[in-house]
Amino acid sequence: MAIQVADLTKRFGKAVAVDGISFSIAPGSATALLGPNGAGKTTTLAMLLGLMTPSSGNIRVLDTDMLRHRYQVLGRMNYASPYIDLPQRLTVRENLNVYGRLYGVRNLSRRIKRLAEDLDLERFMERAYREMSAGQRTRVALAKALLNAPEVLLLDEPTASLDPDTADRIRGLLEAYRARSGATILLASHNMPEVERLCDRVMMLRSGRIVDDGSPQGLTDRYGRRNLEEVFLDVARRV
Amino acid sequence: MASLIRIYAMVLRHIYLLRGSWPRVLELAYWPVMQMILWGFITQFFMDHSEWVAQAAGLLLAAVLLWDVLFRAQLGVTLPFFEELYSRNLGHLFVSPLRPWELIVSLLGISTVRTLIGVVPAALLAIPLYHYSVFTLGLPLIVFFTQLLVTGWALGLMISGLVLRFGLGAQSLAWVAIFALAPVSGIYYPIETLPNWLQPVALALPSAHVFEGMRAVMLGEGFHTGHFLAALVLNLVYMILGAALFMSVFRLARRRGLLLHSGE
Repeated sequence: MAIQVADLTKRFGKAVAVDGISFSIAPGSATALLGPNGAGKTTTLAMLLGLMTPSSGNIRVLDTDMLRHRYQVLGRMNYASPYIDLPQRLTVRENLNVYGRLYGVRNLSRRIKRLAEDLDLERFMERAYREMSAGQRTRVALAKALLNAPEVLLLDEPTASLDPDTADRIRGLLEAYRARSGATILLASHNMPEVERLCDRVMMLRSGRIVDDGSPQGLTDRYGRRNLEEVFLDVARRV
Repeated sequence: MASLIRIYAMVLRHIYLLRGSWPRVLELAYWPVMQMILWGFITQFFMDHSEWVAQAAGLLLAAVLLWDVLFRAQLGVTLPFFEELYSRNLGHLFVSPLRPWELIVSLLGISTVRTLIGVVPAALLAIPLYHYSVFTLGLPLIVFFTQLLVTGWALGLMISGLVLRFGLGAQSLAWVAIFALAPVSGIYYPIETLPNWLQPVALALPSAHVFEGMRAVMLGEGFHTGHFLAALVLNLVYMILGAALFMSVFRLARRRGLLLHSGE
């Protein structure tokens, strides 16, 4: 398994953000964490990445215990999220140069050139990150997330603030990346068409628990709904 | 080797920042130069009015330059760390293979660069302006510089840890905390000037030993090994405390999810 999670719990004082979830994700698959705000999606991703320590439970990524040996595997993972940023005053190229070195990327200049082409960033490479629009920043964050050709890619709302055309291109790029590299993708998203297009499995979270799990089509059929958005509303509004 | 590359990457990140903004570089040198000019005139005045200062021209100038080493070294750690908080970049850094200790080492490296950019121009300008060269201190200057650099690093790590813990609302610590040490560091006067009850507090600071040692050299008493060793041992203790505090807050930040939500 690419990711194995057992009884994962995160408490902040008396509040339980993630409540004993367990799941496994197969290598090469694309899985979505769906759920309303505060369902525990970002907290789960943060624990998978070692950014946050769980209150209890176990996490294995690429057969490595993340709680004890995360540095053995962090170089094979990457992450993009609108909740964190890159150094604002550095140019796009400088940011990618720094992160490429942090991830030990070989042939870094060539890799950056390739990603700039793929993500249509060539015109912005010498521009400071802070001078870019939200959509352009998202593309730079994705370039950073793909720098080390990660085997496990975690994405939090990967196409947030992108126009439909750019969002479509990014989804195409992620599909192609997954097909080419066999990478495992886990994404948290509120964008149902995106999830339906990119993911072959959806885990529905509510109040820190996995309340349903299946393929997008399987869930739609099970709930007797026309699409995943209606399923999402059913789950989110269930008392 | 991989660690060295990551440390280099983090130093490079801050070199890019300085390279991209000449006002930042100018600012690094501005305050030390202004301090030097002010204390140069004060020295000139005291040369005619104070027997003690007249014994060693440049006593006050050397003191102010070395004090700036301490202050710039501390700021050199804290301000680059704050840059990561301002940029909300900690999350990206710590999902990469960068270890916290590698971040610390890189902060010490960039602090050295920033301190040299800040203090060397002031030291060089003092030569034509006041006919005083701090470099005439010779080898002891390297010792004093290094000791104060380490004290600044230790304080910088402690302050960075506190800001990571309490948020950017506590960032003014970077500018004010060090001034609590100034009166008891004996920068411009001997420690014996302090009240008896305060002298042990002063002698618990590496900086007090450095400035006592500096005065001993400048007043012709030679290099004081006792002060050197005391500063060395105290610096070791303070560095261990600084790094331990930073690492302990880092672990707390991971427990509380602060790395994901740090920022303005």
